[in-house]
Amino acid sequence: MRDEVLVAIASDADVVLARQTGRSMATQLGLSRSEATLLATAISEVARNIVEYVGDGQILLCIVNLNGMEGVKVVATDSGPGIENVEKALQDYQSSGGRLGLGLPGARRLMDEFHMISEVGEGTTVTMTKWKGSRGG
Amino acid sequence: MPVPILKQGHYLVASIQDALSDGEVLELQENLLKQIGEFRARGIIVDVAAMDVIDSFASRSLRTVALTTRLRGAEMVIVGIQPDVAFAMVRFGLYMDDINTALDLEEGLEFLDRWIAERADTDEG
Repeated sequence: MRDEVLVAIASDADVVLARQTGRSMATQLGLSRSEATLLATAISEVARNIVEYVGDGQILLCIVNLNGMEGVKVVATDSGPGIENVEKALQDYQSSGGRLGLGLPGARRLMDEFHMISEVGEGTTVTMTKWKGSRGG
Repeated sequence: MPVPILKQGHYLVASIQDALSDGEVLELQENLLKQIGEFRARGIIVDVAAMDVIDSFASRSLRTVALTTRLRGAEMVIVGIQPDVAFAMVRFGLYMDDINTALDLEEGLEFLDRWIAERADTDEG
């Protein structure tokens, strides 16, 4: 099993490829089906954000091992316009079916760890991890 | 590959075979809405058992078809949401409270039959 896979993200087909690659790494590592689906769904959201708001970027998927815990780490990077207020972007405002604002906070709830850094004019990086056997599946 | 849509009596059955890209989801949405009118369908069943992920985009698109179908005088039911996918949707906070769902194709058909029967009763009453 490869410990690290880089998926270039530029189209909706790449979104599918990224989440399927993440799922297969999770499954091989022994994460449950539920955990793998939570991971795949979160990857789908961050990958779509790249395609929709920036155009292209990349997602690095890697197996991580920390203090005896194993998991899959996702690093989604783009060189887009960046987000001025990261905290606001992560807030929920899902009423009225708004497009923005649902994907990232949703992805954060699916993962065990979630960090987002962004610099205006530089780009955005989302780093998130799903651990094997984490509480709440 | 486009999602096959089969006509079964008054119903259209869209049976998703594989993971769908956003483009394919939109194509399915468009084809279903077009075919309701063409076939004068009374109901639509969308079988999502093969979908690996139902994220914000897919759920919003499915919801759009369901609500539009209703405005066209028909009804839609989503069948086959896998347990792990359902779990992820709940954790995510994706709600489909106003959308009909059923366990599988058989229950979906029963649901639509009942829906049509109830509507006929109301019309008569």
